[in-house]
Amino acid sequence: MIEFKDISKTFQTADGPVKAVQGVNLKIADGDVFGIVGFSGAGKSTLVRMLNGLETPTEGSVFINDIEISKLKGKDLREQRKKIGMIFQHFNLLWSRTVLENIEFPLELIGMDKTERIKKAQQLAELVGLGDRTHAYPSQLSGGQKQRVGIARALANNPDILISDEATSALDPQTTDEVLDLLDDINQKLNLTIVIITHEMHVIRRLANKVAVMENGKIIEEGLVSDVFTNPKQALTKRFVNAEVDTNQTPDIKSVAKDLLQRYPNGQLIQLRFHGNQVENPVVEQVIKSFPGLELSILEGSIHQLADKNATIGTLFIQLLGTKEDIEAAVKLFNELRVETKVITDE
Amino acid sequence: MSSSNLTSYFRFQDVNWPNVWSAAWETVWMTVASVVIVAILGILLGLLLYETSGSKSKAVKGLNLIVALFVNIFRSIPFIILIVLLLPLTQVLVGAITGAKAAIPSLVFSAAPFYARLVELAFHEVDSGVLEAAEAMGATKWQVIFKVLLPESMPALVSGLTVTAISLIGYTAMAGAIGAGGLGQLAYTDGFQSYNNTITLAATVVIVIIVFAFQALGDFAVKKIDKR
Repeated sequence: MIEFKDISKTFQTADGPVKAVQGVNLKIADGDVFGIVGFSGAGKSTLVRMLNGLETPTEGSVFINDIEISKLKGKDLREQRKKIGMIFQHFNLLWSRTVLENIEFPLELIGMDKTERIKKAQQLAELVGLGDRTHAYPSQLSGGQKQRVGIARALANNPDILISDEATSALDPQTTDEVLDLLDDINQKLNLTIVIITHEMHVIRRLANKVAVMENGKIIEEGLVSDVFTNPKQALTKRFVNAEVDTNQTPDIKSVAKDLLQRYPNGQLIQLRFHGNQVENPVVEQVIKSFPGLELSILEGSIHQLADKNATIGTLFIQLLGTKEDIEAAVKLFNELRVETKVITDE
Repeated sequence: MSSSNLTSYFRFQDVNWPNVWSAAWETVWMTVASVVIVAILGILLGLLLYETSGSKSKAVKGLNLIVALFVNIFRSIPFIILIVLLLPLTQVLVGAITGAKAAIPSLVFSAAPFYARLVELAFHEVDSGVLEAAEAMGATKWQVIFKVLLPESMPALVSGLTVTAISLIGYTAMAGAIGAGGLGQLAYTDGFQSYNNTITLAATVVIVIIVFAFQALGDFAVKKIDKR
């Protein structure tokens, strides 16, 4: 159990004090995959670094299993740090060490016997899929492979908590998904508490069960990922969620939409949003049958699965051609079938 | 026998080769011995400069200032003056003021501060993210120094030491001119003062070969350890 209590952090800079974190209260239960999302400078990194004492709060206290981390010093702090694994955006591997030696690093710090250390490091390398690259140097690896080494190193001390600080932000989309799959796999196998910092909602959707949204050092929204995705409340949260689930924001689709609106002045473009098991119901079929005079054409659609497999978000982009009354009635029927509708206009 | 004639460079029968080889050996010995001491002192001083820089504590700041001042003073004194200045100290440390051994203190005093600055720079070049990662894994200060700082800055430490060694070879020649032995003394006394240009040329060629050898050795070592 991780608990942040009334945390504030103020940095003294040449331009005066900067409030990086302001009055944050947060609880993360054991086994949670907790995402903290926000733009850079929102204070999420500063907040999470307090977990292993890389930062200390100006006000408030941080507890892990009722131990006040923010008060620990010297040896006690170092011992606590060994129970927390951390992976970084830029991997932070030692270039002077091979894959195996990098994974051995935290084991050397605790003075583990050499043969035992190598055996453990070899197992970890295999766990992250690098069993055959153990003698390569980081410079010979791709970004995704480097992050795998980072993950293996973070797991070496059998930590209770894994912190991921923008761990996929320097990777391409394909590699990001591979690393996310690996983290998901590790979470299933080892049942760790994972704290993920990211600015990509994609990472939250794929991995997290709970999420907190940070802006200007404050947590503005918090809850289950499935709730936040289906019903975002704050403007920033909506922006993050829409950036992830709306595929119709691309310039191509916008220009097609504009064209259709001009060519069919009596038609209407509508975005449908399905939540949960609504995705599986023949909603469109029902509407077509109810309004035989209505022409319905499908322009674009997508489905997004959350880490919580019960929560799915579907988006369908349709055009309705017919009388004004029919279109209005159809929209009403969609709403009755618990499908969100949004009329697309020429803006 | 005129020494202002260009053919005076090529009277090889006038060269006592065993003298040249023993002078070369003295130069190499002086250089290697001082490089070893300079490497140890320079890394210690550089580490002290690195660890005390950017601290908020007044005592540490003061220490950094004192070390930096010491380093800057010894780096500024021209070598030929430093030798003369350190003569009494040399007498105490080595028990002599001539010979290869007597050259070591002034060589070390002049090169160690220079190398310390290179070491400090090399440490500052180590990726701060890697240092943070080590800290996050619960490394102690000494573990960070021995397992991260030194290995991660090794190529810069070695290339810095190569540069230092080469300037030390130059200094040994200067020390030789006032009695430290080696190729400098050979070129000065047997060459210049004895109007024997061939010996001066021979000493020059041998010293150039020694410089090249140190450079090649340093470059090879850097290439071997740099896995970036």
